[in-house]
Amino acid sequence: MPEITYLEALRQGLWEEMERDERVFILGEDVGLYGGAFKVTEGFHKRFGESRVIDTPISEAAIVGAAAGAAHMGMRPVAEMQFIDFISCAYDMLTNYVATARYRAGLATPIVVRGPCGGYVRGGPFHSQNPEAAFLHTPGLKIVYPATARDAKGLIKSSIRDDDPVIYLEHKWLYRRIKEQLPPSEGEEILTPIGEARLAREGTDLSIITYGATVWKSLEAAEQLEQEDGVSIEILDLRTLLPMDDAAIVRTVQKTNKVLIVHEDTRTGGVAGEIAARINERAFEWLDGPIMRVTAHDVPLPYAPTLEDFVLPQTEDIVKAVRWLAAY
Amino acid sequence: MPAISAGLSRDQLLEIYRYLRLTRTLEERLTALYRQSKVIGGLFRSLGQEGESVGSAYALERGRRKDVLSPLIRNLGSMLVMGAQPIEILRQYMAKAESPTRGRELNVHFNDLELGYLGQISHLGDMVPVMAGIALTFKMRGEPRVGLVYVGDGATSTGAFHEGLNFAAVQRVPLVMIGEYNYWAYSTPPEKQFAVKDLAAKAKAYGIPAVTVDGNDVLAVYEATKFAVDRARRGKGVHFIEVKTYRRKGHAEHDDQSYQPKDEIERWAKDNDPVDRYVKQLLGNDWADTQDLKDIDDDVRDEVDQATDACVNEPLPEPETALPGVYVHPLAPDKLWFRSL
Repeated sequence: MPEITYLEALRQGLWEEMERDERVFILGEDVGLYGGAFKVTEGFHKRFGESRVIDTPISEAAIVGAAAGAAHMGMRPVAEMQFIDFISCAYDMLTNYVATARYRAGLATPIVVRGPCGGYVRGGPFHSQNPEAAFLHTPGLKIVYPATARDAKGLIKSSIRDDDPVIYLEHKWLYRRIKEQLPPSEGEEILTPIGEARLAREGTDLSIITYGATVWKSLEAAEQLEQEDGVSIEILDLRTLLPMDDAAIVRTVQKTNKVLIVHEDTRTGGVAGEIAARINERAFEWLDGPIMRVTAHDVPLPYAPTLEDFVLPQTEDIVKAVRWLAAY
Repeated sequence: MPAISAGLSRDQLLEIYRYLRLTRTLEERLTALYRQSKVIGGLFRSLGQEGESVGSAYALERGRRKDVLSPLIRNLGSMLVMGAQPIEILRQYMAKAESPTRGRELNVHFNDLELGYLGQISHLGDMVPVMAGIALTFKMRGEPRVGLVYVGDGATSTGAFHEGLNFAAVQRVPLVMIGEYNYWAYSTPPEKQFAVKDLAAKAKAYGIPAVTVDGNDVLAVYEATKFAVDRARRGKGVHFIEVKTYRRKGHAEHDDQSYQPKDEIERWAKDNDPVDRYVKQLLGNDWADTQDLKDIDDDVRDEVDQATDACVNEPLPEPETALPGVYVHPLAPDKLWFRSL
């Protein structure tokens, strides 16, 4: 099996869905001839033509709004945000129009809004954001956030096929860093179910619940802790944040009785708080220690490497936090 | 049936009259129901604007899977033209279980995409990009269909209006926009809303042909819209029609209109009511006689009476029907724990 990157896996998934279903089309800034700022759609314009790979003005609200209108009429639009930071320009359209359309009016709005998110890349305050918490609060949206190449492919395909609107967050730090052997397009079809978490590592002493880039930082920490401390860490990669896989969360809590939640996004009002509340409600009696969080500090993400590294959670932070919690 | 004015036959001219009368009679009925506290929320009248609503919608191809429009709060007439039923409007305002949105949404915020109307949301301007996407789909599929979207003078200040109009212009989608200049955005007059004289100037800035017409002249609005719709259907792109009209009631029924000069309202009511003007046209040109119009008035009144009687005592939705339908899957969230204690 060929080894491909996270980005190539995403690209393959998009390509396969465009080949499979002529209702699927892409719209966004510089996605056509240029192939996208990160080259996710390179070659699509040539293969599928400009009516299915549409270069748009710099108008995120119009991109999402037009995608919604097309989806009402039976199309399957995939809207690219050049950087996911700019999704805030379409916040109204997503939360007020798209998210409510089915409930209010029975309108099908099967759109995917995808784009590169995340830090560790020296992108500064406006090219590094993780916007998931802003949308987690909105019934009617789904949010997926793949950590592996397999899920990058499997989740884009499932998102396109889903009958509800999906925000697909792809981590740019993982784009070319993660490689995985995946079957070719003509082989096994990869479809990652939306709403199902994945056990990224089995363990018995302590659970880390995480998603996105910090899955890899948690795995690194777990290897180190196993070798140095003999601690057995279980890692749950949520993959879908909305709807959240409560059953998988409860299962791992019941197994290890200690939970560390790790995410790259800032702390206050972050996804970790929601996970902690659910564990408290559903598995309180299974806990042998407090639910703890490793997250970014509550500041806009700064540019200088020294500052960014300080603000974001690092492998070493996870190691220290696990040691603290394991000793509790 | 030969055309006698604006390419319309006598039957069509009378049908337009019927929709004008139906809009006004239905709103008068809603006012009565509002005063009886049967309307749950606010009531939004289109008094004085029925002409541009009906005239513009009438220029579309109507029926299953034909043209699509997106109305605003003062386009009840447009929705009726497209096939919305009085009983649906009444049920919506009274939040009945049998209403099109099953009590989830207010007033004219509902849709039937098969018949060709897509209800607005309250965030003004947002329907412009959405309708641009619908028109984009027509273009992509090569379907000879047209989208029509209304925008109020106040909403031309929103980002969504500008983004959506520019997107539509660049993509040359078959979209017609009706810019309703009705002088009052809630309590804000035009001079506090924009520094241009005509809304048409905004559309022209995006390379879109734009005209300004007398919005209370039903047939003038019809003709201008028909021209724009035909042009869009031929693949010539977006067209903007500014209709100058006047909002004679408050933003909603609770609004005392203290900011609107009394004589201004009276002047528009006396000299420039779109229904009165149309009646004069019909009678003055011998396109109809008073008996024809009276028959239509009576028929409309009967229809509104019957619709009211049929639904006024219907129940509100069962509380737990609030939960399903946010997603296809999962179908409904669980009832929260404290509701089962």
